[in-house]
Amino acid sequence: MDGQDLSTKEGLKQQHLVCSALHVTAFKAAVLIQRWYRRYVARLEMRRRCTWRIFQSIEYSCEQDQIKLHNFFSYLMDHFTPRSSGERDFISRMFTEEENYKESELEKFCDYDSVEVPDFYTGPHLSFPLLPDHAAALLEAFKQKQQLHAHYVLKLLHETRKHLKQLPNINHVSTCYSEELTVFLKSYVFNGDFVDRGKNSIEILIILFAFLLVYPKEVHLNRGNHEDHMVNLRYGFTKEVMQKYKGHGKKILKMIQNVFCWLPLATLIDHKVLILHGGVSDTTDLDLLENIERHKFVSVLRGKKKKKPRLIDWRDINGDSINSSLTSLSSSSAMAPSMTDRMEFSKWVRKTVQEQLEKCRKLLEIESDSEDDDITCATSVAMSKTESELSESWQTIQEEWKQVRYVLWSDPMPQEGCIVNTVRGGGCYFGPDVTEKLLQKYNLQFLIRSHECKPEGYEFCHSRKVLTIFSASNYYEIGSNRGAYVKLGPDLVPHFVQYQASKIAHTLSMRQRQIVWLEGCTSHIKSRLDSFHQRYGLITLSNWATAVESVLHLGLPWRMLRPQLVHNTTNGMMEYKSWLDDLAIEKRSQEHIQSSMLEIIYRNRSNLETIFRIIDSDHSGLISFEEFQQTWKLFSSHMNLELTDEGIYDLARTIDFNKDGNIDFNEFLEAFRLIERSHSEDKTDPKPTPKSSKR
Amino acid sequence: MAPQLWRRPCPARGTELPLWGRGRRLNYPQSRGVRGPPPRPGAPHAAMATALGGHGGGEGGSRRGEVGTIIRSLGCCPSEAELHDLLAEVEEEEPTGYIHLEKFLPMMTKVLMEKRYRPIPEDVLLHAFEVLDQNKNGYLTKQELIKCMTEEGEPFTQEEMEEMLSAAIDPETNKIRYKDYISMMVVDEN
Repeated sequence: MDGQDLSTKEGLKQQHLVCSALHVTAFKAAVLIQRWYRRYVARLEMRRRCTWRIFQSIEYSCEQDQIKLHNFFSYLMDHFTPRSSGERDFISRMFTEEENYKESELEKFCDYDSVEVPDFYTGPHLSFPLLPDHAAALLEAFKQKQQLHAHYVLKLLHETRKHLKQLPNINHVSTCYSEELTVFLKSYVFNGDFVDRGKNSIEILIILFAFLLVYPKEVHLNRGNHEDHMVNLRYGFTKEVMQKYKGHGKKILKMIQNVFCWLPLATLIDHKVLILHGGVSDTTDLDLLENIERHKFVSVLRGKKKKKPRLIDWRDINGDSINSSLTSLSSSSAMAPSMTDRMEFSKWVRKTVQEQLEKCRKLLEIESDSEDDDITCATSVAMSKTESELSESWQTIQEEWKQVRYVLWSDPMPQEGCIVNTVRGGGCYFGPDVTEKLLQKYNLQFLIRSHECKPEGYEFCHSRKVLTIFSASNYYEIGSNRGAYVKLGPDLVPHFVQYQASKIAHTLSMRQRQIVWLEGCTSHIKSRLDSFHQRYGLITLSNWATAVESVLHLGLPWRMLRPQLVHNTTNGMMEYKSWLDDLAIEKRSQEHIQSSMLEIIYRNRSNLETIFRIIDSDHSGLISFEEFQQTWKLFSSHMNLELTDEGIYDLARTIDFNKDGNIDFNEFLEAFRLIERSHSEDKTDPKPTPKSSKR
Repeated sequence: MAPQLWRRPCPARGTELPLWGRGRRLNYPQSRGVRGPPPRPGAPHAAMATALGGHGGGEGGSRRGEVGTIIRSLGCCPSEAELHDLLAEVEEEEPTGYIHLEKFLPMMTKVLMEKRYRPIPEDVLLHAFEVLDQNKNGYLTKQELIKCMTEEGEPFTQEEMEEMLSAAIDPETNKIRYKDYISMMVVDEN
């Protein structure tokens, strides 16, 4: 018995030892696996951050292109002297000041009654005043991919404009409803940037406006930097509307322009929380903003860079009687050009303003200091102001314009101070001190703004005094980011709701999401690098990394990303030439077109497209030969590109497929898009396929 | 120029939080914009660190365990305990939750030069899985894996566990064929 006991005890002890040994091994094994897995996840996270940065830089580089365009226009305004009436007309179309139509004129131009709804139309019908049912039906119809007829769109826009005109520049909203019992117990504030992304911008806009009209006290819209037709020209909203509405598109776009400029600039909640789209600057003056006439700023991007004061909005001051007064002006000066050509008029004014001011001063000395708006003398009212008054009103306009631009385009930065926002091309970067000063000055608690995409859909900065909200999930690619919205109660404590649209995003594992992301990203990088021509032959990877960074300025660890971008390396060296060949664009089939010109066009295509659209003022998609050549010549001289007249002519002729003297530039640009797309399809990296199929 | 800082989490008392955690969804994330000061040229880990820190390194706080992410992205494969020790070397006397770049860089350079915390070879990893697979089936059940990963070693958070499962599990059999899983992950690394 003892022996047996001993043996069992020994046995047990043995078992115990074995068990604990096993346990130790299991523990070690677990640590090993966890170690390995965590490293794997860290690398994924790193890639995600790099990819994010790349996408963001691509997004902002579009806005940088906008600066280039802006500079181009300024350059033209300062340096270009038209040599013929044709050229003058051409330029004048680029610079015609957006006219603020009077209500009656607008209704005449964009009248909806002349747009008939055909019998076979099966889409939604609207009747005004809009009821909740209509709005709900509209939503449902859009979900079914129906399209609202232009007639109703125009009517809706008219009604929206009427409504928006009554609103102040800064909307005041209260979180407490005392007397009014509304169907919605909540208010909604939409913080700008309703259009320009995705294929359904116009539908989104229609829904927002419809709900705005149905629930005027609950729905509030702030203007964003994309509620601006100059931006729309570049980013795709204009295109979308023209494609969907064809002939009526022009009216709709014109109307939309006049609705956008009436959108309020900011919303103030309980006098404590300020909501605006971009940000603030160190000069932001809420009192000034409350009092400006916001509809004057149809586009905040088109600069009014002039050396001499320009007579802005003289129509507003004088109505149409300016015609008579100015023609009776001095006959000694050059003949006044036709009043319909405003550009010409302003040029004429610029040339002769000195002369006229002299006369005015003399006249004024006689007629004392009457500031009547009535035209009492041969000189116009605008002219009768002294030079200082002219420049004063000019200054005011400039100041107001700057204020609006800051509100719509600025971004926060971690460093203190307030510097120019060179990345965007408008607005500023504002630091925590600027925020603090503003909040204190107006006794506010915090700022809510949008304008920047954030991975979690929202982000605090400036010690939680500034909240960025971004509601579009998967903005860059599927799985790139979540969207979020913020709820505020009377306590003004923010609560966040995050989401991510797309069923795919939910089911994809982290790894698979990364793969999708990376694929989208590398094709972007490659297209960015296609303008990069430097050394050939073999270079070290280190040099490659330095070179790439010098082109892209992304501040990324290129050596880490190299495996995705470069595949043929030997001994730490890579064959540069073949790598670049892979990136180069395909040559067009018609060989007689200089490939270098094509490359130049390809690189600048987005700017070129925008210019085309501006010239094509009737949105027909066609521009004439001469216009194309002129555009191209101007653009190339500004960008210091070398192109012969012959080369341009050849190109124009080739593009004019039906030889009617008109270029369908949509087709022209489409050709480049096709090249771009097929290029990225062909050259995708061979992705490793998992051995077993995973969800 | 102000020194670069990263947040290093101070684990709350009584809880053992993995230094690298994906717990950011619980906190309000705060981070600086992408446009930080330009990266310093030269050392790859400096560029990497700035790229990562430039996005997440925050004034006022950042996502937890970012330094761990940086170290791991540079090719090192430390365990949580080893990471703890590394960070203890470079932390301030009074832990502020931030790590100075000036201290981090020399430490990291040394680690890289000495080739510490090398990544785990595939066969060693396979062996580790086999140890856990007591029945020698060639696969682990979901429960087995969960138990091992959340109770043994340096336990996973729930999030880490879910993420691992989503990729590792074979939806038809509901089992983890670890050999295949490893092959897939290793290939994907590149």
